[in-house]
Amino acid sequence: MTKTLILTTALAGLAFAANAQEVNVMSWGGAYTKSQVEAYGKPFTAQTGIKVNWIDADNPATPIKAQVEAGNVTIDVADVEYSDAVRLCDEGLLEEIDHSILPPAPDGTPAEEDFLEGALTDCAVANIVWSTVMAYNTETVNGTPTTIADFFDTEKFPGKRGMRKSAKANLEMALMADGVPAAEVYDLLETEEGVDRAFAKLDTIKDDIVWWEAGAQPPQLLADGEVVMSTAYNGRIFNAAVAEGQPFKIVWDGQILDFDLFVIPKGAPNKENALKFIAFSTDTQRLADQASWISYGPARRSSGALVGKYVDGKTDMAPHMPTSEEALKNALVNNFEFWADRDTDLNERFNAWLSN
Amino acid sequence: MNDTAPSPQAAEAALTTADGRPLAVALAEAQSRARRRAFLLVLPLLAFVLITFVAPIGQLLYRSFYNPAFSDNMPALVQWFKENPAGTEPDEGAFAALASDLKGLRANKTAGIVGTRINYDLPGSRSLFTKSARKSKKLEPPYREALLAIDEDWADPLLWRVMRTASSPWTASFYLAALDRSRDAEGNIIRVPEERQVYIKLFVRTLLLSALITLTTLVLGFPVAYLLATLPLRHSNLLMIFVLLPFWTSLLVRTTSWIVLLQSQGVINDILVALGLIGEDGRIQMIYNQTGTIVAMTHILLPFMILPLYSVMRPIDPSYVRAARSLGASSWTAFRRIYLPQTVPGIAAGALLVFILAVGYYITPALVGGSTGQLISNLIAFHMQKSLNWSLAAALAALLLGGVLILYWLYDRLIGIDNLKLG
Repeated sequence: MTKTLILTTALAGLAFAANAQEVNVMSWGGAYTKSQVEAYGKPFTAQTGIKVNWIDADNPATPIKAQVEAGNVTIDVADVEYSDAVRLCDEGLLEEIDHSILPPAPDGTPAEEDFLEGALTDCAVANIVWSTVMAYNTETVNGTPTTIADFFDTEKFPGKRGMRKSAKANLEMALMADGVPAAEVYDLLETEEGVDRAFAKLDTIKDDIVWWEAGAQPPQLLADGEVVMSTAYNGRIFNAAVAEGQPFKIVWDGQILDFDLFVIPKGAPNKENALKFIAFSTDTQRLADQASWISYGPARRSSGALVGKYVDGKTDMAPHMPTSEEALKNALVNNFEFWADRDTDLNERFNAWLSN
Repeated sequence: MNDTAPSPQAAEAALTTADGRPLAVALAEAQSRARRRAFLLVLPLLAFVLITFVAPIGQLLYRSFYNPAFSDNMPALVQWFKENPAGTEPDEGAFAALASDLKGLRANKTAGIVGTRINYDLPGSRSLFTKSARKSKKLEPPYREALLAIDEDWADPLLWRVMRTASSPWTASFYLAALDRSRDAEGNIIRVPEERQVYIKLFVRTLLLSALITLTTLVLGFPVAYLLATLPLRHSNLLMIFVLLPFWTSLLVRTTSWIVLLQSQGVINDILVALGLIGEDGRIQMIYNQTGTIVAMTHILLPFMILPLYSVMRPIDPSYVRAARSLGASSWTAFRRIYLPQTVPGIAAGALLVFILAVGYYITPALVGGSTGQLISNLIAFHMQKSLNWSLAAALAALLLGGVLILYWLYDRLIGIDNLKLG
């Protein structure tokens, strides 16, 4: 009797697990997750009936290693940065994604050709192009900063600066501010002199830096007046400026472009649904839709023409895209291989520099 | 007398229980049954502690000197290192072993794991492994030339030195790294360059700041505890609630309140500017630096000092001090010679508690410490969460644990743990 009871309970449990159609997606929170909920999650649930659970993290790549190694994976899809996607894939912590599941563009162009160069890897599918930019509060800063060099010029533009507490992006911006052309930045950073030069440039404003860690912090620091300028993710600044009416402006000079990609951790509990979610979310229309919620560029070429107005119905999104012609004048594309290789090393040096 | 009275042993042997068993045996059995039952009662706690505390910590510490990432995935090269003593120039056989391992890495998708392991000791070498594994399908003899054609770094003697060290899963290299040391191509232990030294400095800073915080909590907490112990119950109860109130508030809320108060656009600076004490440009930086860490941590740890002090002060009889005064001691002498010595067990307990909590503090310095207020635990967290170098995180944690144990031992020698009173 007891045995049957246990057995039926177990079976019922299994059946329940199989019926509960859901997919757990971990993303970066704030306005960014909201854009994904609106553009991907809601239509996905409406079409397939699969429930999407959204989970926020400061960096969704971080829990993956812990979960996979502990054999207790709860995330099905994670939205990660390029270097993390490559690194985690190399370490066998991610499922491979067959590119043939991705739908072609409306005109029939296969997905592999429709996505921007580098947007598809063995384990990851890019959804957006975002960038790290410098932004300022027009009410607290004296004058109008126009170049990345102005960020490092505390004589001309006095006041605190916000920067992300990590080596990535800061070193590149420091070199660009020091007059290094975007195309030479990574070659220079490969050398010890280049790294020294970047840190020397950071040294000039070290006492004026307030460090941030979560992407939602820079708009807050700018709004509070804690800093007059900050590095930030362009979409966050756009949202604060357009949706909340904050007096923030972006300086595109010296921006660093990057992909965000969807990955599936090895052993994800709802892998089938995860694949469905990724294929659905990265089709031409969804990517274009996301761009009307936040100013990140779509990773598909075919989506560009479909990008329309912001959800307020009056702001044209095209000029706010990091991929607009104006924005690309002096822009750097993040070198994922460099960071996959040097991340640990440069962050150690960065930590040492920080505590000196 | 010995002749008439039966010896105790004889009497014991003679005594039996109702069913005829010797009493001693029955008693021992009953006692051991009681002991077993008592043990069963503690068993859940014991199992809980073992499973949730000792095992994971032991496993993590194990990682600090055991890292099989290289040895598990490079079997042929490990074999070559075994057969050839240190100092052997890598020959064609070594490169053949390397090539066969690289093919294995490609098949198993483990190039990243091996590359990451070597990258810890030799930064920049990660892509060497991933790139070469990717191209390993086309590798053909002579392997030395084929591999050097992919990347000349394969001839680097330091790389071979590092790979040889990593070929054994038992390693001290994470402890070396945790002490700002590394090995050169000849295997000598050297200090890492000046601009990369960070851990020793942070260990020292952690200990100094913790000592300072312990001192400030003592200075601030002693009078409060004295008031608590001597005021009439009606007032002291109210005071006690003020002491305990922060205990009932979330740590994050308390830390964030300090940010609101101390930041440069915050309450204190605003008041100072409004009073005209400082100018708009002269706002004081009180947070995102060491000051922030000290202020916030002192406040958060204060109850841990006050409560043990209070519990020791409460039973001290005020008549001792009165007696000293009536015998002509000044109030300072009476305090120093009569009152203070009686509170030492409380000071010892509070100081130990606060110090040990402070050494491991993590969230508060992360939020308000900026760059100069970071403690070693922040770097442990960094390696756990961001760089994912768990072995180094474990080595740092082990060193911290060892350091605290040594301090505890010293403390025991100087003050004596028996003198400690928590309540």
